[in-house]
Amino acid sequence: MTASNETLQTVRSLSQEGYKYGFITDIEADTAPPGLTEDTVRFISAKKGEPEWLLEWRLAAFRAWREMVQPDWAKLHLQPIDYQAATYYSAPKQNAGPTSLAEVDPELLRTYEKLGIPLREREALAGVAVDAVFDSISVATTFKEELSKLGIIFCSMGEAVREHPDLVRKYLGTVVPQNDNFFAALNSAVFSDGSFAYIPPGIRCPMELSTYFRINAAKTGQFERTLLIADKGSYVSYLEGCTAPQRDENQLHAAVVELIAHEDAQIKYSTVQNWYPGDAEGRGGIYNFVTKRGACRGARSKISWTQVETGSAITWKYPSCVLEGDHSVGEFYSVAITNNRQQADTGTKMIHIGKETRSTIVSKGISAGRGQNTYRGLVRVQPRAQNARNHTQCDSLLLGDRCGAHTVPYIEVRNPSARVEHEATTSKISDDQLFYCRQRGLSAEDAVSLIVNGFCKEVLKELPMEFAVEAQKLLAVSLEGSVG
Amino acid sequence: MLEINNLHARPTEGREILRGIDLAVGAGEVHAIMGPNGSGKSTLAAVLAGREGYEVTEGAVTYLGRDLLTMEADERAREGLFLAFQYPVEIPGVNNMYFLRTAINAQRRHRGEPELDAGQFLRIVRAKLKLLNIGEDLLQRAVNVGFSGGEKKRNEIFQMAMLEPRLAILDETDSGLDIDALKLVARGVDQQRASDRAIVMITHYQRLLEYVEPDRVHVLQGGRIVQSGDKTLALEVERRGYGIVEDAA
Repeated sequence: MTASNETLQTVRSLSQEGYKYGFITDIEADTAPPGLTEDTVRFISAKKGEPEWLLEWRLAAFRAWREMVQPDWAKLHLQPIDYQAATYYSAPKQNAGPTSLAEVDPELLRTYEKLGIPLREREALAGVAVDAVFDSISVATTFKEELSKLGIIFCSMGEAVREHPDLVRKYLGTVVPQNDNFFAALNSAVFSDGSFAYIPPGIRCPMELSTYFRINAAKTGQFERTLLIADKGSYVSYLEGCTAPQRDENQLHAAVVELIAHEDAQIKYSTVQNWYPGDAEGRGGIYNFVTKRGACRGARSKISWTQVETGSAITWKYPSCVLEGDHSVGEFYSVAITNNRQQADTGTKMIHIGKETRSTIVSKGISAGRGQNTYRGLVRVQPRAQNARNHTQCDSLLLGDRCGAHTVPYIEVRNPSARVEHEATTSKISDDQLFYCRQRGLSAEDAVSLIVNGFCKEVLKELPMEFAVEAQKLLAVSLEGSVG
Repeated sequence: MLEINNLHARPTEGREILRGIDLAVGAGEVHAIMGPNGSGKSTLAAVLAGREGYEVTEGAVTYLGRDLLTMEADERAREGLFLAFQYPVEIPGVNNMYFLRTAINAQRRHRGEPELDAGQFLRIVRAKLKLLNIGEDLLQRAVNVGFSGGEKKRNEIFQMAMLEPRLAILDETDSGLDIDALKLVARGVDQQRASDRAIVMITHYQRLLEYVEPDRVHVLQGGRIVQSGDKTLALEVERRGYGIVEDAA
């Protein structure tokens, strides 16, 4: 038996009980009846006290969704989803919404403490403002006052609709229209909450903005919607983390994220996705169907996506950049791990519209167990995109002989001055590498973890410091199949 | 320190390569094992280090009083057995320093010693670098990635210096080196001779032995040690080729 086989056997034998975030919080919830009709959409909108235009916007999305079919082009095998069996709104019961952290249900605060997100400002990691979304509702946003002194708005989507309706109305759906795709349409109809941020011209946001998403209630879908606007010459770095309890049934997560970068603005968006992946036999786990897209509207703007995807039973996600402004830059750095029966079909789209636009794609896929990992990416150069440049590097690492790695690049070039490069490699952790590490005293598991971290280094170094450490540990944990 | 009795071994899928090796190496001793291609030199190194893919069919190996063959490769390493690889392996993306610190701390934990922090580690590194004339830039690169042949071998000996093993097995550490690189590597090895450390040098040629003088020389042929002697045996082999020992066997 080779060393890598032995490692895999260890991986296999360890149960999924180790998923450390698999607890359930016992909390009273205000929940919509299951099923999805126009009435459900009206119920959600009314619950949130939304203006008429937003209700109409949602209904238009719902009508579009009704005419659409769930896409099946991704390399994913999944159970049919009964959209009428799910619950589309679940809010922890509270009085009227908290005005300060003191009013937040202590049980909720304890949940976030377990997750390692200190909500209380004095305990918070210096320099990270957190918006926490529990099931469907944004619970608390920290550091709000400090940010508002600079004119930065960082709040829940629900609050943004109430407090900053003009901004929301101006930008909502302009990057991902309601009828963009099946899951985006569903989200547009029933989105419950999410985060909103606006950075005014010339402001460099002094701290990382951060959102933690958590699905708690059973049979509930989570449909958060995030909208981030960086006005001219501003800069923001945004972090997103996700966990969910361990449950036997699959739960749907269909989020939409829209980013808008104006002239000379920069947005750095980092995700560590650790939704419950299901057990070793593939029971349960989150179905993660997410539409993320950023528009580089202004000249010299830049949007950079970094993602570490270790969780979810199914991941369907293509954070993209629409490079409209001349000299704008799009980046996509991704690590996706699939272990046991996890499946990921993920990648990006880089749409070059403006002149001298540049994009970089670095994708690292790691497959273990019976995991299936697909990179799917589109690089499109429009006729006007003179001198567009793209470099794509796409590496796959296999652990064992029962997993799969697939690469599906689409390249469409309509301008002869474009330069598009695509590099792809597929490799296995070699017995030589494992033996070399073990001969220096590392255990087999530590050796695998070291080699995998090395493989992902180009992506991990893009993460903000405090996230990078967490991500590194998460990689090791995901591959061991157990936490700790 | 190391006692090998009647060791027979073969690749898991293949014919027997080691056919009854007997060898005893004591603390403070330097032994050279010479032999032509295919004599079983590298197989011996692999079996002693616990590489997978080999099967011991007969015999026993005792290391520091313990049955070596029942120990996993990483346990052997943590117990102070070091193998300098003939072909050091590349690990892309893993910083050489980080790799070495991880290894050292794994061994220190095993011995119940406190781990070294970055500062302590760096001080030791600087001291040992001088020994081998290695630039610090080598340490900031990924493990063996893009290293020249000489750099790889020097890096192995540097790792040995840092890990301070009880038993070091050098598998053809002299191969592929020009004379200047050979001298550097050999000097690095020679400086690591110590009364509580045994060194076993596996080599095809005698030239390494000019710089690291062995206490004992063994000639391996056909999976057995066919002749043993002092350093003059190496010179004899060099002069007359491996044919001499066939006559002797």
